[in-house]
Amino acid sequence: MKSRWLILVLIAAAIALPWGFYDWSHHRHDGFLISVLSQTGMMIVLALSYNMLLGQAGLFSLCHATFFGIGGYAMVHFLNAAGHDELPVPMEIMPLLAGLSGLGLAILFGAMATKQRATAFAMITLGIGELMATAALMFHHFFGGEGGVTTDRMIDNSVFGLTYASGIQVYYLIVAWTLIAVALMYFLTLTPLGRMANATRDNYERAQFIGYDPRMVRFIQFALSGFFAGIGGGLYAITYEIVTFDALAAPLSANALLMAYIGGTTVFGGPILGAILITLLQSGVSLLSNSWLVYVGVMFIGMVIFAPSGLAGIIQAHGPIQRAGRLGRLTVPYLRLVLPALALLLGFVGLVELMSFLTIGAAQGKKLILFGNPIDVHATVPWVVSSVSLVVGGTWLRFEAAVFHRVWERLSAEVSR
Amino acid sequence: MTALSLRDVRKNFGPTEIIRGVSLDIAPGERHCIIGPNGAGKTTCFNLISGRFPISSGEILLNDQRIDTLPPHKINRLGLSRSFQITSIFHRLSVFENLRCALLWSRGYRYSFWSPLWRQKALNEAAEHLLEELNLAARRDILAGLLSYAEQRALEIGMTIAGGASVILLDEPTAGMSNTETDYAMALIRRVTQGKTLLMVEHDMKVVFDLADTITVLVYGQVIASGPPEAVRANRAVQEAYLGALEE
Amino acid sequence: METLLISLLNGLVYGMLLFMLASGLTLIFSMMGVLNFAHASIYMLGAYLAFTVSEYVGFFPALIVAPILCGLIGAAIEIWGLRRAHHNGHIAELLFTFGLVFIIQRVVQMTWGMLPMAYRVPPSLDFPLFVLYGSNFPAYRGFMLVISAAMLLGTWLLLKKTRVGLIIQAALSHPQMVSALGHNVPRVFTTVFAGGCVLAGLAGVIGGNYQTTEPGMADSMGPIVFVVVVFGGLGSLAGCFVASILMGMVQTFAVVIDYSIADLLRPLGLAISGDTLLTEVLTVPVARIGALLPFVMMVTILFFRPRGLMGTRDT
Repeated sequence: MKSRWLILVLIAAAIALPWGFYDWSHHRHDGFLISVLSQTGMMIVLALSYNMLLGQAGLFSLCHATFFGIGGYAMVHFLNAAGHDELPVPMEIMPLLAGLSGLGLAILFGAMATKQRATAFAMITLGIGELMATAALMFHHFFGGEGGVTTDRMIDNSVFGLTYASGIQVYYLIVAWTLIAVALMYFLTLTPLGRMANATRDNYERAQFIGYDPRMVRFIQFALSGFFAGIGGGLYAITYEIVTFDALAAPLSANALLMAYIGGTTVFGGPILGAILITLLQSGVSLLSNSWLVYVGVMFIGMVIFAPSGLAGIIQAHGPIQRAGRLGRLTVPYLRLVLPALALLLGFVGLVELMSFLTIGAAQGKKLILFGNPIDVHATVPWVVSSVSLVVGGTWLRFEAAVFHRVWERLSAEVSR
Repeated sequence: MTALSLRDVRKNFGPTEIIRGVSLDIAPGERHCIIGPNGAGKTTCFNLISGRFPISSGEILLNDQRIDTLPPHKINRLGLSRSFQITSIFHRLSVFENLRCALLWSRGYRYSFWSPLWRQKALNEAAEHLLEELNLAARRDILAGLLSYAEQRALEIGMTIAGGASVILLDEPTAGMSNTETDYAMALIRRVTQGKTLLMVEHDMKVVFDLADTITVLVYGQVIASGPPEAVRANRAVQEAYLGALEE
Repeated sequence: METLLISLLNGLVYGMLLFMLASGLTLIFSMMGVLNFAHASIYMLGAYLAFTVSEYVGFFPALIVAPILCGLIGAAIEIWGLRRAHHNGHIAELLFTFGLVFIIQRVVQMTWGMLPMAYRVPPSLDFPLFVLYGSNFPAYRGFMLVISAAMLLGTWLLLKKTRVGLIIQAALSHPQMVSALGHNVPRVFTTVFAGGCVLAGLAGVIGGNYQTTEPGMADSMGPIVFVVVVFGGLGSLAGCFVASILMGMVQTFAVVIDYSIADLLRPLGLAISGDTLLTEVLTVPVARIGALLPFVMMVTILFFRPRGLMGTRDT
């Protein structure tokens, strides 16, 4: 029941948000906001389709961007063909074609990769990803080399008579396709294939002895996940009207992994949460800091070690306590975590920023400015303050975390009784 | 007509021959127990029959059809199902989902990604029925990995018989159980394997002599005796090699 | 003829460098079942550390110090990171090393900056070793060959003659048996992981001034090393060696081959013209697609031999 409300709220927010920042005096939408929201949409599709592999089938793939990218490239060519009146397909259906391109390539590569298990699978997908990224730089006809390929999305063929000249029209197209893709992916988790994908994740061998060929299960799952990634790539091409090799290279594959994992692979909605969070961080923090990848990397490793079920998993773990109406007893322990965590965070961010301004910032001629005051990165004081804050915060946090852990354990025990 | 038949089956791991020419014929509906000391090759035998490892030479026939070159899932589809000595279940799925998964193939769902599970009435009823039969209905929505050991063993047996296979291989189904648990498990096994061919590896002699129509004694990868319980009990070679040491 | 010989030597140098990385990766993988994605990052760290250390005490002490530092870093990673991730399962371990790639990458950028380092071949080795048909063969490449051969011998002796070596060998052929041995398994794991990092660090020291020491060097080296390991067969040191040398040769020879598939077809009476994706693929000279070849080779071999050239293990 609760999750149904959450979904409705999310959809309503996706539809209403652009109007919340509408500039009435100039009759204009906030371009930055629309672009961030559009990107969030395609990243949700990418992260969720990635989780069809990592979370649902236990497959650690490193070439997911390949299918996203191929969807993007294919979309550019479809749009160009449609612009020359060679492809009589309305804009609203186009992302489906991009998805089919992703599916086709995923069938080809999936046939190879899913013969392997675990580590070997990861490495082969790494190889496939590199193969495609290198090929994209080399062959000009399809990929356009380093410059990529460009298109014009105003193909003048729309079911609703829209031109897609403005960002807001494209944004609503993205919202619609994101909803379709999310709904379909959710549906898949409720089918025999989706369930058997879970089963092969948990126990590859046992699946064989109940009549299933686990490779076939994984192959189909892989192909379908390529389909959805392709849709995401298609939306990318429509939005930016240019696709370069960035859309299929390793960093984007890694991004898919980060979003899915940080959001939580064990809950269906986890990657959605991750995609929203990471995209916001990316467009927010990366403007402020050179080092945002360090923060994401540290957050990721922290989660791998301390919270393998991700943010959604952490939220879900509160379920039993909340149902028993004892969530309130966690308030004080949580509040006690805030100060030391802040100190740790400040110390860490301080050190990272100081260091990065000492080298990268200096090379770019930037200065570290905090609350309007320039900070001399060569002085001793900021370094000492940051280090002390890091160490004190860390030690204090360990202590408070132990306290929290005890309360948590006691509560869980009470609730399960 | 035999349900399952092994003809001079051999298996080498490197230079060592683990199974040294085993021949067995199991009639349809027979309850057949394999006993033998540790390292005799009982579990290896199961692994060969179920296709987990390839055999080195010989023939294995299921309902007069060669199965020794087939992969495990194809053998399973022909009507042979096995359990594992070390519990092998889908630990992050609920008990109900475990059973439903085990039912899927035999009910023709194959790799379907278009039929929603919640609408498959017959399938869901069969899974619920199985839950009742295994006495796990109260644990329906618990993750299988969180069940107690005896419950997991029951689930394992349930998953083995779910697909309706005609030949069931159970590998030490009562290992590690207390006496009451063993009695309970044996009653369950009797109930769910009615009318099926059962091949079982077991250490508990009381269970074996209670249940089996035929007993085969395996020592160092060879059959040293095979026959009705009384005959095997009376067999001098068996007494010397095995029973005597256990029953003292 | 002269290009052939020179390329052969260069291919050998590059192949041995690859092997130094790939062997560490294979050892770690065989022993712990973990593919260390951060292996190439340690290689990069080795190069940077060597640069900094050699600024103070010169190249030859750095040749010793930098790999040791990498080994210590490796031990720390194993003890405080990998071992904790291990509790969360196999994929968590992979993810952990994958996350390390980002962190090491950025830490290197933050410490040394984005620009390439002036890490040069030491003057004492900066002379042509011999001249072949008018082309020089630099002494430093000879030195690299010596170092990597010494490393090969050292590793071999370590594996054959020491106790830890015996355990590692046992683990290579019977991975599941390691835990059954009464040894202090965690310590063996740490040793192996640190050892692999020492090798990667050493490769970084001698590879850093052979190639360029810059923040992208891990990203460009990493995929090739993984390809080598998969191509040779996961867990097989011999396969790893063959694959390294082969890959080294392919990479260096590809650069000098100016033919395309179309040139091969021409004598058969097939002329290729037109302007499509297919003709582009057929007419591009091998020299231009050198970077693509390792991946094509990997995909090809896996199609015919899913376990790689000499692999015996499934995972």
